[in-house]
Amino acid sequence: MSKLNTYEDAVAAYEPVLGLETHIELDTRTKMFCGCSTTFGGEPNTQVCPVCLALPGALPVANRAAIEATIKIGLALNCSIAEWTRFARKNYFYPDMPKNFQTTQYEEPLCEEGYVDVTVDGKPYRVEIERVHLEEDTGKTLHVGGATGRIHGATESLVDYNRAGIPLVEIVTKPVPGTGALAPEVARAYVTELRDIVRSLGVSDVRMEQGSMRCDVNLSLNKPGAEWGTRTETKNVNSLRSVERAVRHEVRRQSALLDEGIKIIQETRHFQEGTGETSPGRSKEEATDYRYFPEPDLAVMEPSREWVEELRASLPEPPRQRRERLQAEWSLADKEMQSVVNADAVELIESTIAAGAASSSAVKWWLGELSRRANEAGEELGALQITPAQVAELQGMVDDGRLNDKLARQVIDGVLVGEGSPAEVAQKRGLEVVSDTGALEAAVDEAIAANPAVADKIRGGAHAAAGVLIGAVMKATKGQADAGSVRQIILDKLAG
Amino acid sequence: MSDRIIDQTAAELSAGIREGRYTSVEVTTAFLDRIDAIDGTVKAFLHVDREGALATAAEVDADIAAGKETFALAGVPIAIKDVVVTKGMPTTAASKILEGWIPPYDATIVERIKTARMPILGKTNMDEFAMGSSTEYSAYGKTLNPWDTGRIPGGSGGGSAAAVAAKMAPLAIGTDTGGSIRQPGAVTGTFGAKPTYGSNSRYGLIAFSSSLDTPGPVARNALDAALLHEAISGHDPRDSTAIDAPVPPVVAAARAGATGDLSGVKLGVVKEFKEGSDAAEPGVIAAYEAAVEQLVKLGAEIVEVSCPSFAYALPTYYLIAPSEASSNLARYDGVRYGLRAGDDGKHSLEEVMSLTREAGFGPEVKRRIILGTYALSAGYVDAFYGKAQKVRTLIKQDFEQAFESVDAIISPTTPFVAFKFGERTGDPYQMYLADLYTIPSNLYGGPGVSVPVGLSEGMPVGLQVMGPVMGDDITYRVAAAFESTQDTLLADTAPEIEGK
Amino acid sequence: MSTISREEVAHLARLARLEVTDDELDAFAGQLDVILESMKTLAEVDTDGVQPTSQAVPLVNVFREDQPQPSLPRDAALAGGPDTFEDRFRVPRILDEEA
Repeated sequence: MSKLNTYEDAVAAYEPVLGLETHIELDTRTKMFCGCSTTFGGEPNTQVCPVCLALPGALPVANRAAIEATIKIGLALNCSIAEWTRFARKNYFYPDMPKNFQTTQYEEPLCEEGYVDVTVDGKPYRVEIERVHLEEDTGKTLHVGGATGRIHGATESLVDYNRAGIPLVEIVTKPVPGTGALAPEVARAYVTELRDIVRSLGVSDVRMEQGSMRCDVNLSLNKPGAEWGTRTETKNVNSLRSVERAVRHEVRRQSALLDEGIKIIQETRHFQEGTGETSPGRSKEEATDYRYFPEPDLAVMEPSREWVEELRASLPEPPRQRRERLQAEWSLADKEMQSVVNADAVELIESTIAAGAASSSAVKWWLGELSRRANEAGEELGALQITPAQVAELQGMVDDGRLNDKLARQVIDGVLVGEGSPAEVAQKRGLEVVSDTGALEAAVDEAIAANPAVADKIRGGAHAAAGVLIGAVMKATKGQADAGSVRQIILDKLAG
Repeated sequence: MSDRIIDQTAAELSAGIREGRYTSVEVTTAFLDRIDAIDGTVKAFLHVDREGALATAAEVDADIAAGKETFALAGVPIAIKDVVVTKGMPTTAASKILEGWIPPYDATIVERIKTARMPILGKTNMDEFAMGSSTEYSAYGKTLNPWDTGRIPGGSGGGSAAAVAAKMAPLAIGTDTGGSIRQPGAVTGTFGAKPTYGSNSRYGLIAFSSSLDTPGPVARNALDAALLHEAISGHDPRDSTAIDAPVPPVVAAARAGATGDLSGVKLGVVKEFKEGSDAAEPGVIAAYEAAVEQLVKLGAEIVEVSCPSFAYALPTYYLIAPSEASSNLARYDGVRYGLRAGDDGKHSLEEVMSLTREAGFGPEVKRRIILGTYALSAGYVDAFYGKAQKVRTLIKQDFEQAFESVDAIISPTTPFVAFKFGERTGDPYQMYLADLYTIPSNLYGGPGVSVPVGLSEGMPVGLQVMGPVMGDDITYRVAAAFESTQDTLLADTAPEIEGK
Repeated sequence: MSTISREEVAHLARLARLEVTDDELDAFAGQLDVILESMKTLAEVDTDGVQPTSQAVPLVNVFREDQPQPSLPRDAALAGGPDTFEDRFRVPRILDEEA
C-alpha cells in the first residue's frame, strides 16, 4: 500500500499534466475486417470466421462504414482528415489477439490535430486532440480458478473471440497542462463531452459500463515552473466517476513519492474500481518492441475531399452548441442546465417537449419526480420504464385538470411497473380528479358543518384558513379533487 | 507418344474426357495408381484423397454422359501444394505446428478448382511454410527429384513439381514468393508460372510474405499451365490486394506462341544478371544461351537492358520476406488450432506459446522469424526493413523502365541445376542464391514463367520469361514459342521411376 | 566483429516467443551474421527521397460494404482448438495483462 498525500497538499505543491486515451467500439453491423456480426452478448465463439479467428490463409478487407464513422468522429473533434493513410501491424503476443498482432494505424492516422472545448467551474478549457485512428478490438478472456475472475491467481483462462475484430477508434489527446487542482474535473468533463459528441454522431452507443467506451488516463506531476514529470498510464478506467477518481489518486500517490525524492517510473497501472486506487502492472522483463510496419494485406486509403465534405455536411449540431441553444430555448439558468446535463436528461426533455409538453413541465418531471425514482431504483434516468411521450401525455392530463400532482405521481407508479400508458393507468386505478360539482359541493358542505369555527373565520375574511377545509375535502375524496376548484367552492359558499 | 493416360497433357486429357475417349474416373484412377506405385519413392504427396478425387471424377462423368456443359478442365485431376487451405482436407504447410489441422474453409483458388470440377488428388510436400529452395525443410521428410533421386526437386514447391515431373499429376498448384514455383519447375523439367501479384487471389494461401506470395500453375507445358491459370485467376473481393481487372489472355497467348512466330517481339537481357552470373554454373549458361538462339531464330530481337539495382534484389528480398513472415507466423501459438506443447499444468500460457513454437517450427522457419524480428526491431527497422522497402522501389523502377523498351525479359531460371541433398542446408546463404534470378519479379510484382529448355549434367535447365505487371500473356507466348522448337517435351524424357 | 551477438539472438527469440536451445543460439548467431553481412550492402544504395514500397502492385481504397456474412458454425470454429471448454478456447494461466 503506497503512501498518499491529501489531494489539497498535492495540488498545492505540484502541477498535474493530464493525457487521455479513449477507445470507442463502433456499432457497425459487421467487424472491422470481416463480415461477422458485432451484436453484443452472443453465445461464445458464434460470431467468428477464418479472418477474425486468424486461421491460416485468411485475409482482411476493411469495412467502409468504420472508415466513415472514424472520419465523422475526426471531423466532430475538429481534426484534419488525412489525404493518405494506411493500416499498420503492431506486433505482440496475447491470447485474446488472434493474429498476435493488432491491425492498427501507426504514423499515418486517419485524423489528426483537433480539439474539444469543455467548461469546468465556469472556466473554459481546450483539450487538444493529437490523433484519431482506427484499429480492431481483442477477444474476451475469462479467468478461471482465481478468487474473483481476475487474472492473478487464476489457474486457467477461457477465450471467446466474438469481440475480436470489432472496429475500435482510439482518440488520443495531447498533454493537457494548466488545469491545476481541477485536473480530475477537466478529465471527466472531456470524457463526458467526447461521449456526447460520439453519441450524437450515432456511430457508437458509447456505454462505459458495457465496455464500448474505455479510457486510459495518463498523468504526471511537476513542480511549478519545472519540466513535466514522468507519466504513468492507468488502464481499466471504465466510468466517468472512475476517470475523476483515477486522476485524483495518481496525483496523491505520485506527489507522496516525489516528496520523498523517489522518481516516478513510466509504467502501466490498473485502476481498481473497488478501492479507487491504482496498482502497478507486473513489471516487464524487457522493454516492449512492437515492430510496427505497414499492413501489406490492406490497401492504402486516400479519402477523397468530396467524401470528407459529404461526411462533414452530414454531421449533427455539436452537443455543446446544442446545449447552449436548448438552455436558451428552455430559459434555464446555468446551474439548472448543468443539472439537466448531469442527469443525462437533455434528449429526454427534448423528446418530451417534442411530444407536446411545455419546456418547464418537461424539465420539472425529469429533474424532479423521475430523477428521484431513478435514484431510488439505482438506475440511469433513461433506463426508467417511461417514455418522453408518456411524460408529455401525463402533463397533458394535468393541464386538462384530469389529474393533480398527487394523482399524477400515482399514475407514474403504474406506468413504471408496466401497467400501460398514463391514460390506461388512470383508468385502471380509478385515478381521476373528481369534477362532479354536486359531489364536491356536498363534500364542502360536510366539511363546513364539521368545522364551524373555521368557517366563521373564513366568513370573517381570513381566506387563508380555507386550507383546513380543503384538506378535509381532499381527505373525503381520497385526493381525487382539484384543490383549486375546491377552494373556489368554499370561498363562494362562505362569501359575505 | 505413349498411349498411357499419365503421359497425356492436361489439354489432351480434357479433350479426351469431353470426347468420351476415357472417363474422368479412368484418368483420375490412372494418376492415383501412379501415386500408389511410385510416391513411396518420390514422396511428393503429404496427403492423398483417393475417395474425394474419384467422387468428383464420377460427377464429371455423369455430367458429360448427361450432355451437360462443363468447364475446360473438368475431370482433369490436380495436386495442390500443402500451403493452400482445403476444407476438410489436412493442410499443414509442411509444418509440425499445423499437424492434424483440418481447415473449415477453402482458399478462393480451391473454390475455383472445385467449381471447375477438377478432382483433387491430394496435397504436395514443400519446404515448411514455403521457406526454402530444396524441400529439404519439410517437417515430413524430403521429396526426391525424379530425374535423380539423390538430388533436390527444388523448393519450396518441390512436391508439386516432382508430382508433375513424375506424372503423378497432370497439373498442380504452387505458390511463389521468391521463386518457389519457377525454380522447382526448372530443376524438374516442368513448366511453372508465377502470375502477376494480385491477379490470383491469396485468400486461403497460408501467408509467408504477404507482399510477395502469389499462387500459380505447375504443368508440363505452357498451354496446360495457361488453362489452369485462367481457371484460378480473377478478382476476389476477399483479398484486398487483388487486382480488379480482366485476366490476361494467357491461353490464347500460349496457342499463339505455339505457332513458333516471335517476329517483332523484343526480349530483354539484363546486363547486370550477366555480370552477376559468377554464381551460375557454366552448363546452365550454355543451355540458356542455346535457348536464346532458338528464340532469335523464331524472330525475336534480343535487346540489352539495365537494371542497376539488381545486385540488391537478394538482400532486399531476404529482409522483406522474413520481416513479413515473422508477423504472419505469430498466429501459430497453440491457442486456436494446431500443435500445443508443454501444457502440463506447470507452465504459464506465455511459456506454452514459446514451447509450442519451439517444438512446432523447423530451423529455417525459426531462422527467418528471428531475422525478420531483427529487421523490424526498434533501432534496426530503418537500416534494414525500411531501407529494403526503398530499394524495392528502385528495383521496381528499373524493371518498369526496362519494359518500356522490351516486351519481356529472359534469364536462366536458377543459377544451378538440382543440387544434391544436404549440399546447401549448412549454409543458408548458398541456398538463398537459388532464387537469384526469380526474386526480382516478386519484388516488382510482374509475372515470370520457367520453361524447360535443356539439360546440364543430365539435369533439366529452365529459361525464365518475365513480363510487365499484368503482362502474363507475353510470358506464355514466348515460352510456348520455345516449346514449338522441341520435338518432345523435356518432361517426357525423364528417366522412369521405379516404385518401391 | 560480428553484426549480431548470441545475446541479441536470444532477445529476438524472446520477442518472437521462440524457446531456442543453446545449440540453436550458436548456430543462428553465426548464420544470421553471414546473412546480415550481405544485407549491409544495401547501405551503399542512395535512397534519399525514395518512397518505400509496401505492396507489389499498389491499390487504393479497397473497402467492403457493412453487410453481415455468415460466421463459422461454432463447432467448426472450435474444432481446431487443442483444448476447448464450454465453447471457449482453454489456455493455461496467463502471467499478466498485455505483455
